[in-house]
Amino acid sequence: MNKEKKSFLRSPGAVSVMSSVVAILIGLVIGFILLLAFNPSHALDGLRRLLTTGFSSPAMLAKTFYQAAPLMMTGLSVGFAFKTGLFNIGASGQYVVGTFCALMCGILFQWPWWACIIAAAVGGAVWGLFPGLFKALFNVNEVITSIMFNWIGLFLVNLLCSNTPALLANFYGDINADRTAKLVDAAAQAIIPTAGLNEVMGSRYMNISIIITVVFALVMWVVLQKTTFGYELKACGSNKNASIYAGISAKRNIVLSMVIAGALSGIGGSIYYLSGNSQFVMEKVLPAMGFNGIPVALLANSHPIGTIFSALFISYIRVGGDALQPNFAMETVDIIIAAIIYLAAFALLMRTLISKALAGKKKHAAAAAAADSVPVITAEPYTAEAAGQDVQAAAEETAVETADTPPDVQPPEPIQQNEEVDET
Amino acid sequence: MEDFVIEMLNITKEFPGIKANDDITLQLRRGEVHALLGENGAGKSTLMSVLFGLYQPDAGVIKKDGKEVKIHDPNDANDLGIGMVHQHFKLVEIFTVLENIILGMEPVKGGFLKKDEARKKVVELSERYGLRVDPDAKIEDISVGMQQRVEILKMLYRENEILIFDEPTAVLTPQEIDELMEIMRGFTREGKSILFITHKLNEIMAVADRCTVLRKGKYMGTVDVKTTTKEELSRMMVGRDVSFTVEKQPQKLGDVVLDVQHVTVPSKVHKNDAVKDVSFQVRAGEIVCLAGIEGNGQTEFAYGLTGLEKLSGGTITLCGKDITKMPIRERSKLGMSHIPEDRHKHGLVLDFSLAENLVLQQYWKPKFQSGGFIRKGEVARYAEKLIEQYDIRSGQGAETVVRSMSGGNQQKAIVAREIDKEPELLVAIQPTRGLDVGAIEYIHKQLVAQRDAGKAVLLVSLELDEVMNVPDRILVMYEGEIVGEFKPDEVTVEELGLYMAGAKRKGGGQDE
Repeated sequence: MNKEKKSFLRSPGAVSVMSSVVAILIGLVIGFILLLAFNPSHALDGLRRLLTTGFSSPAMLAKTFYQAAPLMMTGLSVGFAFKTGLFNIGASGQYVVGTFCALMCGILFQWPWWACIIAAAVGGAVWGLFPGLFKALFNVNEVITSIMFNWIGLFLVNLLCSNTPALLANFYGDINADRTAKLVDAAAQAIIPTAGLNEVMGSRYMNISIIITVVFALVMWVVLQKTTFGYELKACGSNKNASIYAGISAKRNIVLSMVIAGALSGIGGSIYYLSGNSQFVMEKVLPAMGFNGIPVALLANSHPIGTIFSALFISYIRVGGDALQPNFAMETVDIIIAAIIYLAAFALLMRTLISKALAGKKKHAAAAAAADSVPVITAEPYTAEAAGQDVQAAAEETAVETADTPPDVQPPEPIQQNEEVDET
Repeated sequence: MEDFVIEMLNITKEFPGIKANDDITLQLRRGEVHALLGENGAGKSTLMSVLFGLYQPDAGVIKKDGKEVKIHDPNDANDLGIGMVHQHFKLVEIFTVLENIILGMEPVKGGFLKKDEARKKVVELSERYGLRVDPDAKIEDISVGMQQRVEILKMLYRENEILIFDEPTAVLTPQEIDELMEIMRGFTREGKSILFITHKLNEIMAVADRCTVLRKGKYMGTVDVKTTTKEELSRMMVGRDVSFTVEKQPQKLGDVVLDVQHVTVPSKVHKNDAVKDVSFQVRAGEIVCLAGIEGNGQTEFAYGLTGLEKLSGGTITLCGKDITKMPIRERSKLGMSHIPEDRHKHGLVLDFSLAENLVLQQYWKPKFQSGGFIRKGEVARYAEKLIEQYDIRSGQGAETVVRSMSGGNQQKAIVAREIDKEPELLVAIQPTRGLDVGAIEYIHKQLVAQRDAGKAVLLVSLELDEVMNVPDRILVMYEGEIVGEFKPDEVTVEELGLYMAGAKRKGGGQDE
C-alpha cells in the first residue's frame, strides 16, 4: 500500500502536477511580496481579490472562461509543437491570421460561425505551414521563421483590414476606423451561440467556446496518446534519428505538426473575436494571447488535459488582477500577473528538482530491486556501476530535457516580450 | 614483506543504496603488470576513480610505498606518480603532439612557452620506450594508435611510475596491440608498475603477471596468471561457465539475398568517398562479417545499405529487388532488419516505454493499429511475448521507460525487435559493443540462430574474437575498400590484422 503510494508519487504524471502546483504557489508568494511593495495597506485585500474574484460571481467565472478559451487553444498549439520537438513561437501570428480569416468570412461573406472557425483554422494552418516547410526542407530554425511570420502576419492583416472598408466599424455607423465592425451590427450569424449559458451565468461573455476548446483539448490528447500519428510525432520529437531509422518521415511530421499547431492558434483567435464582445483593433503589437500560450503549455508540461487547467488558471489570475484596481495601477497589476505567470513557467525547473529529490529514494529502491533480482546467473548483472549509470541517466534525463528542447530553456525571453506587449 | 607500490586495502564505496565497491583489496607490486578484470558494472571504474581521487572511499585505506596516503583529487594522484590512459582519449584535436604532451605542465619563461626543452625531453622519452611519434603532427591527423602513444607519453613526461590503462586495446589493430604489449613489458623492466583494466582474457594471458577479478562490486580474488586459464578467469568474472566457441550447424547455403554492386558513399568529414566501389553478396544461410578498424567506412556503408544515407554510386539488390533508392520503411517491408551501431542515437526512443520501442518497426501494421488508432492491448501482449522469449529484463516490464534499462537489456530489446520481425536479411552493426561476455554470448547465439534458420546475416564488427568466431566469411574493409576475403579457418588473427591495417591486400587480378 505504502509502496504503491510512493510509486504513484514518482510517476511522471504526478511529478508534473506537483511541479506545476509548487511553481504556482511560489509565483503567488512573489506576487504577494510585490503587492506589499506597491501598496502595503491593500496588499492582503489585493491577494484576496486576486485569488477569489474569479469565483466571486457567475459573471466573473464567465469572464474567466471567456479569456481561458483562446488561451487554451494557443496553449494547445504551443504544446503540440513541443511534443514534436518544435518551438512554435509563432502562435501570435497564427492567431492574428486566424482572426482575420474568421472576421472576413463572417462580415464580408456572412458565413455562419462554425464555418468562420474552420476558415480561421485554415488561415492559422497556412501560417504554421511556412515555418514547418522551411524547417523540414532547409532546416531553418522554426523559431526565427515563426517570429518573422508573426510580424508579417500582423501587418498583412492590418493592411488588409484597413483596405477593406466593409470590415471596419465606421462602415456600420460607428466612429472608429481603426477596428473591425461589431458583429452584432455586421454579422450576427457569425457570433458563437450561447446556448442559453449567458443567461445561466448572467454574463454576455458566456458562450459555448469554452466547451469547444475543452473538446479540442480532449481530441489532441487522443491524437497524441492513442493514434499511430501521435506515436510518430512523439517519436520524432523525442529522438529524430530513431524515428528516421524506423522509417518515419520526419519531414512530413514536422510540417504536419506545425500545420496543426497553426490551426489550433487560428481557432483560438476566431473564438475570441467571434464572441461578439471584442473588435479586432489594428495595432502595432502582437496579441498577448499568442505568447501566453507558451507559459500555458509549459505549465501543463505540454499535456493537452493539463492545458485546460493551466489556461483556466492564468485566465483566473487575470480576471482577479483586473479587480485589483483602483488600489493598484493597471501597470502594477500587469507586473504582478506577469511575475506570477513567469514563475509558474518555472514548472520545469520544479520538475527537475522534484525528480532529483525523488531520485534519492529511487536509488534505494533500485538497490532493493537489484538485491531481489540477482539470481546466480544473470546475463546482465545489475550492480554498482549499472546503478550508478541509472542515477547518471536520471541526471542526464533532466539535463537532456533542458538541452534537447530549446523551448524549455527559453521561456524567459518570450515572456519578457509578452510583458512589453502588455505594457504598451 | 612484499614490495607493493600501491595498495588499496578493504576499499568500500557506497552510493546511495548500492555498494559499488564492497571490501575490495588490490595490491600492485613494483614492476608488474596487474590486470583488473570484471564485467560491465563490476566496480572497476569506481575503484579506479577512488585511486584517482575522484571519489572518496567510505572505508579502507590507500597506501603508497607502505605509507598511508589520502588522495583528494586527481592532482594528488599525479603528485603520487599515478597516471592514466583513459578509454576515451583526452587530447586537444587541433594541438600538436608536443603541445598535448606538455599541456598543463608547460615550461614557461617570462610568459612565453619554452618548447625546445620540452621537445628534447619528449623525443628522448619516445626513443627510450620505442614510442615513435612526430611531435609536430596535429592530433586530428594521426591514427588512433598514435594518439594512444601520445597519451602514454603524457604520463611518462609527468614521470608517473604507476600507469593505469583503461581498456587500451579496444581501438587498436592486432599489430598495434602486440606493440602495446611490448611497450608495457618495457615499462615494467624500468620498474614502472601497470594496472591494466580490461575484459579481454587473451590480453591478460599474454601480458599480465597477476589478475584481480571483481564481480558485482565484490572482490573475487587475485590469481597468478601463469597458473590459471581463460576458462577459470571467466568463471570468476561471470560466475558460471561461458562458452567461447560459437556453435554452428553445418552450412546450408541458399539463394543470394543481398547483392551489393559498386557501392560508393560520400564521407561527411572529408572530401573523399568513405566507401569506394564496394561489391559483394550475402546468401541465405550464411553470416558475412565486414571487418575493419573503426573509421574505415563500415559505418557509412551501413548507413548507405539501410537507407539512412544516400549512395553516390552503385546498386543494392535485396531479394531480387533493386532497393538502391527505396525509403527505409520499404526496405524494412522487403525483409531488412537493422541492429544499428548506436543504440541510443538510432535504435531506441529512450523516453518511450519498452513496449512502444518493441513495436517501433511494426506499429503501422494492421496487427497493431486499426483506423490509425494504436491497439494498446495487442502491443502490450506482443511486448510481453518478446520480453519472455528474449529474456529482456526491466524494472516494470513492458511499461519500463527504456532509458532506465541497462545497456545489455536495451540491446536485447533491439535484437528481439529486429529478429522477431522475421527478416530475410539481418544487418547487425557492432551488436556487442560495450556489452559483457554473458550478453555477447547471447547475441552471438541469436545471430547464429538466424543463420541456421536460413536467413542472411551481415555483421559489421571491430572485435577480432567476434570476427574469427561468428561468421562464415570475412570481408576486410580498409579505407572504404574491401581488401580481402577469407574463411575464418583459413586465416590467422595476425594476417587479418595486416589486412585491417592496410599493410596487405588482395588485388583485383591477383586474387587467390
